[in-house]
Amino acid sequence: MIQQPGTSGLIFNEPMLWEKSRMGRCAMSLPKRDVERKPLEADLTGDEPNLPELSELDVVRHYTRLSQWNFGVDSGMYPLGSCTMKYNPKTNEVQAARQGFAGAHPLSGDEFSQGALKLMYNLEQSLAKITGFQAVTLQPAAGAHGEFCGMLMIHAYHAKKGRQRSKIIIPDTAHGTNPASASLCGYESVNIKSGPDGILEPETVSAVMDEDTAGIMVTNPNTLGLFESNIKEIAEIVHSKGGLVYGDGANMNAIMGIVKPGEIGIDVLHLNLHKTFSTPHGGGGPGSGPVAVGKTLEPFLPVPRVIKAFDTYKFITDSPDTIGRIHTFYGHFGIMVRAYAYILSMGAEGLADASKLAVLNANYVKASLKGILNLPYDKPCMHECVFNDKFQKEYHITTMDMAKRLLDYGFHPPTVYFPLVVDGAFMVEPTETESKENIDQFIQAVKSIALEAKNDPEKLKKAPHLAKLTRLDEVMAARKPCLKG
Amino acid sequence: MKELKDLNFLDDVRYTKDHEWAKKSGELVIIGINDYAQDQLGEIVFVELPGIGDSFSKGDEFGSVESVKAVSEIYIPVSGEIVEINQGLEDAPELVNQSCYTDGWLIKVKPGNASEFDSLMDKAAYLNMLKG
Repeated sequence: MIQQPGTSGLIFNEPMLWEKSRMGRCAMSLPKRDVERKPLEADLTGDEPNLPELSELDVVRHYTRLSQWNFGVDSGMYPLGSCTMKYNPKTNEVQAARQGFAGAHPLSGDEFSQGALKLMYNLEQSLAKITGFQAVTLQPAAGAHGEFCGMLMIHAYHAKKGRQRSKIIIPDTAHGTNPASASLCGYESVNIKSGPDGILEPETVSAVMDEDTAGIMVTNPNTLGLFESNIKEIAEIVHSKGGLVYGDGANMNAIMGIVKPGEIGIDVLHLNLHKTFSTPHGGGGPGSGPVAVGKTLEPFLPVPRVIKAFDTYKFITDSPDTIGRIHTFYGHFGIMVRAYAYILSMGAEGLADASKLAVLNANYVKASLKGILNLPYDKPCMHECVFNDKFQKEYHITTMDMAKRLLDYGFHPPTVYFPLVVDGAFMVEPTETESKENIDQFIQAVKSIALEAKNDPEKLKKAPHLAKLTRLDEVMAARKPCLKG
Repeated sequence: MKELKDLNFLDDVRYTKDHEWAKKSGELVIIGINDYAQDQLGEIVFVELPGIGDSFSKGDEFGSVESVKAVSEIYIPVSGEIVEINQGLEDAPELVNQSCYTDGWLIKVKPGNASEFDSLMDKAAYLNMLKG
């Protein structure tokens, strides 16, 4: 029997800081005033802000306790499909905290920012090399922002050609944000279905592709964790009618160093540094969604762009066809430092190995849980695998019940009810950073839960039992939300 | 989720492949989602409805139903103009779960083309479709 990480322990309640506040309590002493007291001008005065008054211990205990309620990849396996919750190496933080980077100021000018500019230039070059593209912008703040930036470039491309188009093709296995990015550019989404094995078929694309269609947005590997193996043929169909191919690279963790999207017909691709390149994710920090383009779209990249001339680096803004600026200053620089640290630490071979292990781990989970959970698309997967609750239906147990019960075993639940093409989806992405022992624990936990579904379904319906809060009333929270304390 | 035999399908309404129902009421057609749809969606937390006076063609998306699981588009079974919407759903979207054919109706439409209603599925045809 494998010992599971989840156990019970003492968890502390903790009120809000305002409830702990006591008038006059203070955590610091200000130095003695050494200037004359003078009244403030009237327009600088007003009611004091409502800030809590606390001792240092009050504050330390408050945040220590809150942190103990948390679950992060540093505390346990986090197999959240589609999100690539890989471990974020601590060296990334060390490099980003170096004084020259942490203290860099965006207004200090090119000549005083050579190190930062060099890092941005080198990161762009590395990402271009990894993806097989010509040029990269680091400006977008996250994946969906990268999509929007890429779609703006496609829009600008058609405008420059003299005839704007009105539609964009989006398969049912693309990321949900794709249609939103396209609509913001004024395109109407034409949704198409993937084939019976979860892969997009060229005939489906050629049936809808016409000269009024700006292009297609393909997520590859797609949201079922499958590689779109017809991508080259699909790209040819779209190109033959004058359209462009947008590649959603959010799932790049499966193919880094193995497949170069720029060489298989994709014209523009965004990456998620906070997934593939191990920068903090979710509540851990801002994202970053660089966009890589080939020669066709390079003139439309956002400005400013970093260039290298005679061993010095500078920003340029004179780019006549640019879509303009899409972020204040140059994007999330601290995240770029972390991603660059990761790329240098791993090296080219290390990145390819990471992808191979990510795929191996997902296939190991898939093979180990086959027969325990239903597998709607039973073929080799990439970096994630999608099950559902079909086998558990006879016990009236849903994906949600099993996901909640996983918390008791000490695992973050996988992604549930996404992708939408799978009813009751249970989507597991172990990532390459989990060891075989950890993955075996997870597999054993799911197997135990499947047994409980049969033998003790009531236990699952009320799960989690060990978490600080047990099953929450999501219906009430959505219908009658309480938005303040 | 319930077995098909435990779901309620009325004899005096017509059905669409997207699980809406439609019923004639004088000059108007009343529209909602059926018992299968509300059961599949689970607890409904928000219903988005069109404005009065908006016009739609048969098959157009006219709103959406949000449950804790998903947001689903709803499609209009007959072309026409919206003359009334169920205001009560704003504060009580659970009416769609509790009584989808009565208090949980969604819209009333003044139909543009009478023959469209007649082409909708009756209970037997709809059940056959569900059984596949």
